[in-house]
Parts: sequence; structure tokens; C-alpha cells
Amino acid sequence: MTNVLMTAPTVRPRKSPPRLRNRRTSHARPTRSILLTVLTALIGLYALIPLVWLLINATKTQPDLFSSFGLWFSGDFALWDNIVGVLTYDGGVFGRWFLNTLLYVVVGAGGATLLALLGGYGLAKFNFPGKRAVFAVVIGAVAVPGTALAVPTFLMFANLGLTNTPWSVIIPSLISPFGLYLMWTFAADAVPDEIMEAARIDGASEARTFFQVCLPMMAPGIVTVLLFTVVATWNNYFLPLIMLRDPDWYPLTLGLNAWNAQATTAGGEAIFNLVIAGSLLTILPLIVAFLLLQRYWQSGLAAGSVKE
Amino acid sequence: MLTPLVKERLPLTTLASPPAVPKTLGRARRRSRWTGWGFVGPFMAVFALVFLAPIVYSLWLSMFQTQLVGGTSFVGFDNYARVLTDPQFWDGAGRVTLFLLVQVPVMLGISLLVALAIDSGRLYGRDFFRLTIFLPYAVPGVVAALMWGFMYGERFGLVGNVNDLFGTSIPDPLASALVLPAIGNIVTWEFVGYNMLIFYSALRVVPTSLYEAAEIDGAGPWRVISAIKLPAIRGALVVATIFSIIGSFQLFNEPSILQPLSPNYISTHYTPNLYAYSLSFSGQQYNYSATVAIIMGVLTMLVAYVVQLRGMRKEA
Repeated sequence: MTNVLMTAPTVRPRKSPPRLRNRRTSHARPTRSILLTVLTALIGLYALIPLVWLLINATKTQPDLFSSFGLWFSGDFALWDNIVGVLTYDGGVFGRWFLNTLLYVVVGAGGATLLALLGGYGLAKFNFPGKRAVFAVVIGAVAVPGTALAVPTFLMFANLGLTNTPWSVIIPSLISPFGLYLMWTFAADAVPDEIMEAARIDGASEARTFFQVCLPMMAPGIVTVLLFTVVATWNNYFLPLIMLRDPDWYPLTLGLNAWNAQATTAGGEAIFNLVIAGSLLTILPLIVAFLLLQRYWQSGLAAGSVKE
Repeated sequence: MLTPLVKERLPLTTLASPPAVPKTLGRARRRSRWTGWGFVGPFMAVFALVFLAPIVYSLWLSMFQTQLVGGTSFVGFDNYARVLTDPQFWDGAGRVTLFLLVQVPVMLGISLLVALAIDSGRLYGRDFFRLTIFLPYAVPGVVAALMWGFMYGERFGLVGNVNDLFGTSIPDPLASALVLPAIGNIVTWEFVGYNMLIFYSALRVVPTSLYEAAEIDGAGPWRVISAIKLPAIRGALVVATIFSIIGSFQLFNEPSILQPLSPNYISTHYTPNLYAYSLSFSGQQYNYSATVAIIMGVLTMLVAYVVQLRGMRKEA
């Protein structure tokens, strides 16, 4: 997504939905092609098959998983039993992981969006000493791959006594350079200087100008940044993996992998049916969010790439 | 940071043109010169803690060595020399290089074809395809690796099913040298839609007037693609390539999750990132691990930079 935004230095957010539909209708509308549709459908199948597999196999008992064809239903319809199993296994630890994930997402992704919003607005609308340095430092540091940061961050947090606490996952999640960049370009174009000037002449403080005048104009950008920080935090695996030891603080991703690894450890109980049903429950909220909010994030992305 | 960064990282392209900096200066003088810091300050404070401090600390760590006997001592660039002659490091580095040479073109090629198909207006159910092909991006890497791991397996996987049905003898991807292509498939599945959306968004920016002009000049669809569409989205192509290279060099989640299923084929130094991780968390060799990560980071930046230079030169 990032990338989209990067390609276009100028952003022109639009309130109306993208003009997609009738872009070329004025002239001859291209004839639809069945061949092209079929070819694209093959890629669509490729994208969907694992999800269909997950849905189907979440309905099977563990023995049926081994004995039946992977892409069709078979044996008892055990979806409900599996879900109950997921929610009750090991004292209901899955619910705990779900709440942890929610905590990391609400505080981490919410905080990241807020910091990016404030920072992007500051960079776009004010001139201040060190502004160029801020830009250079953020871009430069972001070019450093995350791997180079993982170990030292872990050691630093260990020294601060933060590892194995929610803070060790939340604090690094608070920085979204992509979010900063998006808000920056968004604020630069969506908020006219004249309106800020008018608010100030009317006696509004900087804080009031920001919250009451500028904030509403940046709403589409905020929604887009929020969606992508939420996905990043919800799906995060590496960071919690190095930071957390106590399963009570695991997010869903780490918990599911722990359940899966159980089968290969000595004396561990294989619970593949629960891993599969748990995976389904893990991806469901995000898929639903993507489907319900697609209008918003797609138009937000579009805003990032409009340069006419 | 860490994982999320792989997905959301600013490309070097932006270095050239700070977005919209100069425009606002005229009117935004007045007030205290420091007001802007009130807004930027919070971001920069956390940024310093989770980005700048670890980078500096990492460089510091790489200069030391901890022995069981004798404690920690300053060793200068010894760790760097050791990594550069470490066969395990080069084994992993070579593997991710091979991986990116094959996987990245395949993935970006599919993404581009789908983007062009959707943009062409010739598809039935265009919006449906755009959304379904993007959906895997919402699936956590962990769940993707788990699902594909199950599907690959001979026991209740699709490979076994296919072999039963058709009497073929495809080997279990996880129990053979096919494990690298198997990982490539998972990564491709996860990011085809993501890259497709990047290309598609870039295509939509192309002014309609260009198509109309081409139409009047009698250009066919292939000519429109090669002469208008591809040049127009070159920037997006370069950036997507750089991102994919960074992602390949940082390959970790998928091999790490499949490792228990394929212990004989996925070693602890399968990728440099996995190597750095095992050095730290199984071997307690933090200094050496930090050095591996730094060298891999520098290599990544170099390659990304070269790709960017090449891409930009063509554009000029």
C-alpha cells in the first residue's frame, strides 16, 4: 500500500467515490472477454482455495481430517464442536489470546495512527527548526531492515524490564513510518492553509484549530492509516515471538503456532482440528473488516495515487 | 517495527522529493517557530526509542564479544570478518537470493497481469476479482503458513489427495528439497493481491485522454499497454520490486513456522534472518547475531538502491 502512496508525491483526497466506473464509458466501452475472465478466475481460485480449505476443514473432527478428501466435507459436521473446543481448550486460553490481540490492536494501532496523524499534520503545516533533519532521519532509519533492529530492541527492552509485558509489543507498534508519510501527504493537500489562517484570525488556539477545523478534513486518510496499522498489528508474529515468553500475553498468531507446535513436541497432544478452527476464528474479524470497509480503504488508497 | 515494517516501509524514492514541504511555508510562517514540534514531537520521541536507539545499540553490540570465560571484550570489526567468512551465513544468503530471483518475478508478473486485466474493463465481475485476490493479504503470515503446511502434508494434505486420486507420486513438499518452492508459493499467495492493488491503483491514475488519443491513432490494446500503461506505472513497479526484495531478504515467518514439519530440510540457518534469530535466542550469541543482522541490512539496502537507480534511469 505504501507503495501506491509513494509513487505520487501529490495527493488529492476526494470525498466522492472513485470515478472508476465511467472512466471510459464516454468512448467505446471495451467488449468483455470470457477468455480473460476465465484466466483471471484461475488466479482468483488460487487466492480462494486455501480459504475454502480452511472453512471446510474447520468442520471436521481430527480423525476425519486424516481420512477424508481435503476439499470436501466429510464425516460428522463438527464445526460447532471445534469452535467450542477452541474456546474451552486449556482453560479457555484462546479467549485470553483474543483479548490480548484486541489490546495490542486498540492501543498499538490506535496509538500509531494518532502519532502519525499529529506528526504528519505538523510536518505538512508548520515550518520549524530541524524539520529537514526529521525527514532525513525518518527515511534513513526506515531503510534499515527490521531484522537489524530485532535483537537490540529485545535486549534494550529486557534491560528496561519490559519484555514479557504487553508494553514490549505495544511500544514498537506505535511507530508507523508509512502512516506518518500518508498523513503528511494527506494533510498537505486536504487542509487548505487559508482555512487554518481564518481559524487563527478568529482567535482559535493551535489545538482547537487542529481538532475542530483540520481533523475532520483528514478523516479519509485517518481511516486508511488505521486499517493498515490494524492489519499489521493483528497479524504481527515476529515481534511478540521475541518479546513474550508467558503464554498469557500471547496474541492469537503466537498462540495458534504454539498449539500447532504441540503436535511435534514429545508428549504433546495433537489438536489439529482446534488449530484449524482457531485459524478460521483468527482471520474472520479481519476478512469481515476488509469486506465491510472496502469502500473506505479503497478510496483512501485511490486518494494516494491521484495525480491528475 | 520489525514485522510490520516489512509491509510498510518507505521506499528510497521519496528521498528525492519531500512531499509538499515547500508549498506551505509561505503562509505557515508566524506563530512560534516551534509550534510544529508540538505535533511532531510525540512521534519522534517514540521513534527515537524504537528505531534510533536499537540501531545505535546494534552497532555497539557488533563491536564486542562475550565469552563464557573472560566476559565481554571489545573486538573491533572481528565479528564482521567472521560473518563474511561464515559458510552458514552465506548458505542462507545464497538461498534467499535464489528465492528472490525466482519468486519475486513470478509474483509481480501475476500481480501485473491481474492488474492489467482488471483495469482493461474487459472482465466480468471485476470488483469481485479485485477483492478476492486481495483477501489473502488479510490473513496473518502465521495462519497462511499453517494452512499451506497442512495442505502440503501427505497425511491429510492435498498433495496426498492428488496422489491418491491420480496415482501420481508428487513428493511431500515439506519432506523434500521442494520446500523452498513450497515457501515461495506461500509468499506468492500472500502478496499477489497486495501488489496487484498497488499496480491497479497506479493504473487508475493514467489520464483518460491518453487512451482516447491512442484510440484515435488506432493503437490496439497491446500497444496501449506497452506504450502507455507500463511506462505510466514504472514508479510503482520499481517500488513494488524493492519492497519484495526487502521482504525476501527478511524471510522468516514461513520457514520458521514450517520448521517443525520439515526439520531435515529447514535448518536453523535456512535464511539469514532465521540464523540471526537462532543465534540470539537459542545460542545467546547476541553480538554475533547483531553483526549478521547489520550485514544483511546493509546488503538489503545496497540491492534496493541498485534496483532503484536502474529503475529510475530507465524512466529518464
